[in-house]
Amino acid sequence: MAEFLQLVFSGLTVGAVYALVALGFTLIYNASDVINFAQGDFVMIGGMGTVFLAAAGIALPLAALIAIVGAVLVGLLLHRLAIEPARGASPVALIMITIGASIFIKGVAQIVFDKQFHSLPAFSGDAPIAVGGATILPQSLWVLGVALALFVALFLFLEKTLLGKALLATAANRLAARLVGVNVTIILALAFGVSAAIGAIAGVVVTPITLTRYDVGTLFALKGFAAAMVGGMGNPLGAVVGGLLIGLLEAFGAGYISSTYKDAVAFVVILLVLFFMPRGLFGGRSVERV
Amino acid sequence: MLTVEKLCAAYGRITVLHDVDLRVETGEIVALVGSNGAGKTTLLRTLSGVQPAASGRILFEGAPIERTTAHARVAQGIAQSPEGRQVFGPLSVEDNLRLGAFRRRSPDRDTLAYVYEMFPVLAEKRRIAAMSLSGGQQQMLAIGRALMAAPKLLLLDEPSLGLAPLLVDQILGAVVKLKAEGITVLLVEQNASAALAIADRGYVLETGRVVLEGRGADLLADPKVKEAYLGL
Ligand SMILES: Nc1ncnc2c1ncn2[C@@H]1O[C@H](COP(=O)(O)OP(=O)(O)OP(=O)(O)O)[C@@H](O)[C@H]1O
Ligand SMILES: [Mg+2]
Repeated sequence: MAEFLQLVFSGLTVGAVYALVALGFTLIYNASDVINFAQGDFVMIGGMGTVFLAAAGIALPLAALIAIVGAVLVGLLLHRLAIEPARGASPVALIMITIGASIFIKGVAQIVFDKQFHSLPAFSGDAPIAVGGATILPQSLWVLGVALALFVALFLFLEKTLLGKALLATAANRLAARLVGVNVTIILALAFGVSAAIGAIAGVVVTPITLTRYDVGTLFALKGFAAAMVGGMGNPLGAVVGGLLIGLLEAFGAGYISSTYKDAVAFVVILLVLFFMPRGLFGGRSVERV
Repeated sequence: MLTVEKLCAAYGRITVLHDVDLRVETGEIVALVGSNGAGKTTLLRTLSGVQPAASGRILFEGAPIERTTAHARVAQGIAQSPEGRQVFGPLSVEDNLRLGAFRRRSPDRDTLAYVYEMFPVLAEKRRIAAMSLSGGQQQMLAIGRALMAAPKLLLLDEPSLGLAPLLVDQILGAVVKLKAEGITVLLVEQNASAALAIADRGYVLETGRVVLEGRGADLLADPKVKEAYLGL
């Protein structure tokens, strides 16, 4: 039982990060039909940026803030320089562009940062907290708390502000959004900026647990993508559930089977979902637009 | 209010509007009729700026707008209720309407109340997702959403398409009411007799060219129009 609980804790912790990455996928997909495979690299920029700024002597909170702002700038540039000029290209071409951008970001990160693994000190110490025979790290609580805060903030933004509604409207019917006067280009830039911020924040809080390196974005992107698919691409709640589910499956797979196959879990899940539930658990909207 | 001069528009290499000249005076209802594929929707899309003009001029209140972005045109006072309604399906009726006022600094409660008064059924269904409305209700929502922008010029693309005759009367009745309240309307219809009956003036578009224009009543009486569009 204690072991089970332990696996639940670690599964939920990484799952929360996958969920945040999946939310980034969802936001951008909704606003533009683009599946942004550079999404994981925002996580890397958040983590690595904070590590290097902190090493340069900047206080951790400020270092994190600068790294997050940096990731937002990269997100906006990605939209402005790579996605916007290709407006009207096929979804497959746009996906290729984001994959190319992801490779480019990793290349630059190798030069700007380095090729080593790095970590950050845990925000509130390393003393494990005992819960029901298992233990949980204070940093896991940070991850879960920050993820929850971001979910709530995003929900309030989308449901309670006219700008958030404009984003949902753009997702529902781009032509009609333009006809009511929504500047669709700015909405897409907004989606990229917010997704980058969410990814980078996830990167900052998870780095003390998982370490970071210039190329960690690849796995985060694949797992976040799997989570978004499981939830039904385009459905924010589905993204959250999908992320937690993949995190938990991974933890149980590692705990009860073998940690060698941990990363395979996400791929198996993608395949099963594509095979049996092509529209995801939450039956995301169909790809066609009327 | 609106002057269109030698306007051309194309999809890729296929030109679908050829040197269209058209005028809408303040306070008028102008009907634009023509058969399937004549280019009526393309013209309205070009006027709203969601489709680029290949050449020609569009003057709105005397100023050229053919290079103006779609959202700026909404802010200047041109709103459109598009063909096929194009409501924001998953969003509530009230959210659809509030988004209609997206470009306005202060979306006033009065306009919302005014739209609800004009289409009471929308007030009843204000919390319901737009996609679960009937076709006629969606049409009212599309028009109401355009009205939320407090437009000077309202572009209506086939508001009666697919509606029962009673609803057609209700929608076109609303258009006449809007005119009485000082809103200028450019009305596109395949239902030529109904449109010309309420219009001050009308244009007949054929394969991207204006082939006839005149007072609504005169066009209704025109033998060519009768034969081609009224099935008489
Ligand atoms: N997106 C598009 N791409 C290419 N061609 C198009 C497109 N939309 C319309 N067309 C073509 O342009 C011409 C004009 O179409 P348009 O929709 O403007 O006509 P319409 O008068 O509105 O017709 P309807 O009465 O059927 O609504 C048609 O020949 C149509 O096939
Ligand atoms: Mg049409």
